[in-house]
Amino acid sequence: MNEVDFLLWVKGPAFTFAAVVFIAGVALRLFEILSLGRKQNFAVPKGNPMQGGLREIWRRSLPVDKPTFQRSLFTIVGGYVFHIGLFVVILLLGAHIALIRSVIGFGWPNLPTPLVDAFAVITMLALLAVLAHRLRHPVKRFLSTPTDYVVWGATFLPLLTGYMAYHHLLLSPQLMLALHILSVEFLLVIFPFTKLMHTFTLFLSRWYNGASMGMRGVKS
Amino acid sequence: MRTKQPDSLFPQTVGEHLRAQGISRRGFLKFCGLLASSMALAPAMVPKIAAALEQAKRPSVIWLSFQECTGCTESLTRSHSPSIEGLIFDAISLDYHHTLQAAAGYGAEEAREAAIKDNYGNYVLVVDGSIPLDNPGFSTIAGVSNLDMLKEAAAGAAAIIAVGTCAAFGGLPKADPNPTGAVSVADIIKDKPIINVSGCPPIPVVITGVIAHFLTFGLPELDSLGRPKAFYGQNIHDRCYRRPFYERGLFAETFDDEGAKAGWCLYKLGCKGPITYNACATTKWNGGVSFPIQSGHGCLGCSEPDFWDFGGFYRALSIPSGVSGKTVVYAAATGIAAGVAVGAMNKKGKTDAVGLHKTVTVEELNQESQS
Amino acid sequence: MSALTLERGINEFKAQLDAPMASFFSSCVSCGMCAEACLFYTENPDPRHTPIYKLEPMRRVWEQEYTLVGKLKKALGLGKPVTDAELAEWQELVYNNCSLCGRCSAVCPVGNDITYMIRKMREGMVASGHAPEGLIGASTRAVQIGSPMGVKLPALQAQVKHIEKATGMAVPFDKEGAEYLLMLSSMEIMNYPEYLEAVGKILTNAGKTWTLSTDCFEATNSGIQIGSSDIARELVSRVVNAAEKLKVKTVISPECGHAYTALRWEGPNLIGRPYTFAAKHIVEVLDELRVQGLLQTEGFEEAKLTFHDPCQLVRRGGVIQQPRNLLNLVAKNFVEMSDAGAMNWCCGAGGGVSANEDANEVKMKAFQRKKKQLDELKVDTLVTACANCRIQLEEGLEENEMDLPVVGLTEMIAEHLVEREDKGGAS
Repeated sequence: MNEVDFLLWVKGPAFTFAAVVFIAGVALRLFEILSLGRKQNFAVPKGNPMQGGLREIWRRSLPVDKPTFQRSLFTIVGGYVFHIGLFVVILLLGAHIALIRSVIGFGWPNLPTPLVDAFAVITMLALLAVLAHRLRHPVKRFLSTPTDYVVWGATFLPLLTGYMAYHHLLLSPQLMLALHILSVEFLLVIFPFTKLMHTFTLFLSRWYNGASMGMRGVKS
Repeated sequence: MRTKQPDSLFPQTVGEHLRAQGISRRGFLKFCGLLASSMALAPAMVPKIAAALEQAKRPSVIWLSFQECTGCTESLTRSHSPSIEGLIFDAISLDYHHTLQAAAGYGAEEAREAAIKDNYGNYVLVVDGSIPLDNPGFSTIAGVSNLDMLKEAAAGAAAIIAVGTCAAFGGLPKADPNPTGAVSVADIIKDKPIINVSGCPPIPVVITGVIAHFLTFGLPELDSLGRPKAFYGQNIHDRCYRRPFYERGLFAETFDDEGAKAGWCLYKLGCKGPITYNACATTKWNGGVSFPIQSGHGCLGCSEPDFWDFGGFYRALSIPSGVSGKTVVYAAATGIAAGVAVGAMNKKGKTDAVGLHKTVTVEELNQESQS
Repeated sequence: MSALTLERGINEFKAQLDAPMASFFSSCVSCGMCAEACLFYTENPDPRHTPIYKLEPMRRVWEQEYTLVGKLKKALGLGKPVTDAELAEWQELVYNNCSLCGRCSAVCPVGNDITYMIRKMREGMVASGHAPEGLIGASTRAVQIGSPMGVKLPALQAQVKHIEKATGMAVPFDKEGAEYLLMLSSMEIMNYPEYLEAVGKILTNAGKTWTLSTDCFEATNSGIQIGSSDIARELVSRVVNAAEKLKVKTVISPECGHAYTALRWEGPNLIGRPYTFAAKHIVEVLDELRVQGLLQTEGFEEAKLTFHDPCQLVRRGGVIQQPRNLLNLVAKNFVEMSDAGAMNWCCGAGGGVSANEDANEVKMKAFQRKKKQLDELKVDTLVTACANCRIQLEEGLEENEMDLPVVGLTEMIAEHLVEREDKGGAS
């Protein structure tokens, strides 16, 4: 198999497989969670659970107060940098938007490519920093399982290979592009079965928590 | 281009032959200069090329056309003005060519067989078009299958030049679902040097440059796909004049929008430049006038294997070939079905657990803590 | 009656797991922020004290029972079943090192309500026979005697007689149709009898009708602390029955933290229906009286004082501003400690920790967090509105040789009360 055939396979059947596993997997996981239900609450709400739930969805993206922010400074700042970076790189690069448009039918304006490239570099540096922190912080190191590190790698590789493909580094553009797409396929396939699901479930979790806070009349 | 009698019976050097055609020394050196620069060779090489070409014997060239559209020949023989590329054909003894030969029928086949016999081991075999393997009867010449004719001709060739993407990689006939079982020359011939001059069609000067190189220096340096690095070592994307627009993220969205009129990058309109190797962006076409991107159409990637199956000429490179809105819907449906099944199992599991709950009493607590 | 076994515990985990818990387990990204918010970690940095880690056995049960991948792993023999030894090991994490204070739930960036999760995990721990001795004792006394400290009705009646004689105020029992039913905590009856006198004085002065009940006086709920809904239901039902029998409008939960949680939030769900009465904390009632103009005070405390926010009242109860409104009535020099309000630090003794002798050492370590807050402030008096916090604070201050009196809020308000001329329908 030559490089071009490999690229065609990666772009073709392999991508279809990964996309199907991702979409079906996410749907499955959400049903798994919601099927367990939640008991009705007979207590009289002090505030408004519905409003509390909706509020917490966005409010939880900000640290609850300054001392908490200072106590967990590296975690919060590092986390923000790589999340924002991922958002920019995945959703604001012209090539990616073209791909998304071909699947869901619509797209949106893109950023200049060198700007996205800069974000990719910053994101990779941030990911390396949070990895180092995870290895050194006693709690993070203690909590981390091999899966946590695999997930880190699965997040890092698409950035690295994408950067290399764009800059024509090391291997031929065909092969680099194929490796980039393959690394994304790996990420998609493991996504529903790892903590990457937090991408979707955090909305649920923040909602439940916020509803409880709304019930108790506590505003964050 | 006038028809030509085979004249391998009267050997002449290339230099003698060109002078006989009325090409001045100046014109000849200009051509050598063009060849040198198109192969990215230093100016110091020009006299060497000139000297070598001067002395080169006019080799016998047998051109076999298989499952092809004749586009490669058309490209090569296109000339807006009397061009040197055309004249190089005078420097070789083109002993067999379906389109260009005067003879037909048995006479033509006899000429081919004679050329093979007389120049055995020394002739250059040029092939365009792919070879069908599913059924040899799909493409025959004078009742002989392409496969057999290729094997016979390759046996005595000094080297093979596979002209056009069909001969180099299988080309259009090989496109999905490949109804004829088309393959490339390299898929069949394993024991001869093969130079792949791919493109659909290849640029005229690339052909002549390769032949000239072969005559002067022997086999050129080839890339991993067997293509001469001199012409296929550069990525279209890296040499494209519209690259600044790609960098700035300015893309034409349709063929007649403001971006297209302003000459913006054609990535979103399906340009395959980033993964294509050819000389189009530098050497260009029609005597250096233009090339597809300059004319406002994305690169098709025509010098790459399987470019017909890249996913669509008008779909961006980043778009996967298999996934569509329908895929998403089917996948979601599958996930939901699985989810409903597992969800039902979950509900039952939980109901059973709740049903199995036995009320905890302080008596039990004390019993346990005593043990 | 049957034995408490691992099987029963695992079954209880299964019964307790719900959509929120599944969502929380799926969302955790192991960032460790919950540990940095938990005083049992900050003052005693063992990574095992990380709040989400306390849930690990229950997480495995969830994965194996309620996820496709977990089920497949189990079928292929790759799942790691939860063992009795593990639950024994987890007992100190789930009980000794957690006061259900709620800070972890407030900081988790993906929104996990870890407090909710630990409360549910305790259900399984109890059913498997892995609850602390101290809590078993307290629950037993609460169910069999009516008080976790073993206080019986005659003791309360004696105290009531004493108050009536000393103040001339009536302290009624079983007054049907009264507006308020007052509940008490054994801790108050035993250690802070001035509370009952203070409440009586304030309510009577405000012209409100109120009563105690001979059927049930105990507001605290050991069932909540040990984490058994069955026991909690038994205990809270006594309160509900007493309230409904006397047809009161409102039940007042005393200066206690988890008693409020038991009555206000868990009670209706334990009995499976809404109440026919309102449930309020005494601080809420006092502030209502203030707003209604029925709580007049005079004079101010000289001392520089601050307020310790009981977790179940403030962060988990939504009664944040009311204690401050009340304190501002009677204090000129009220300063807030760092993190005051809904993010204040736990005293270290809630959620059953104070009733658990195994936790004595870690409880005092946890107190160091409160000590740091107090050291920054240098106040003369510490005010709070929970008797359990009060005991812990007093113990902690003593052990650290800090000379700082701790006062109950209701008591302080009562000392500044202005007698009203027209007391309305007081009996």
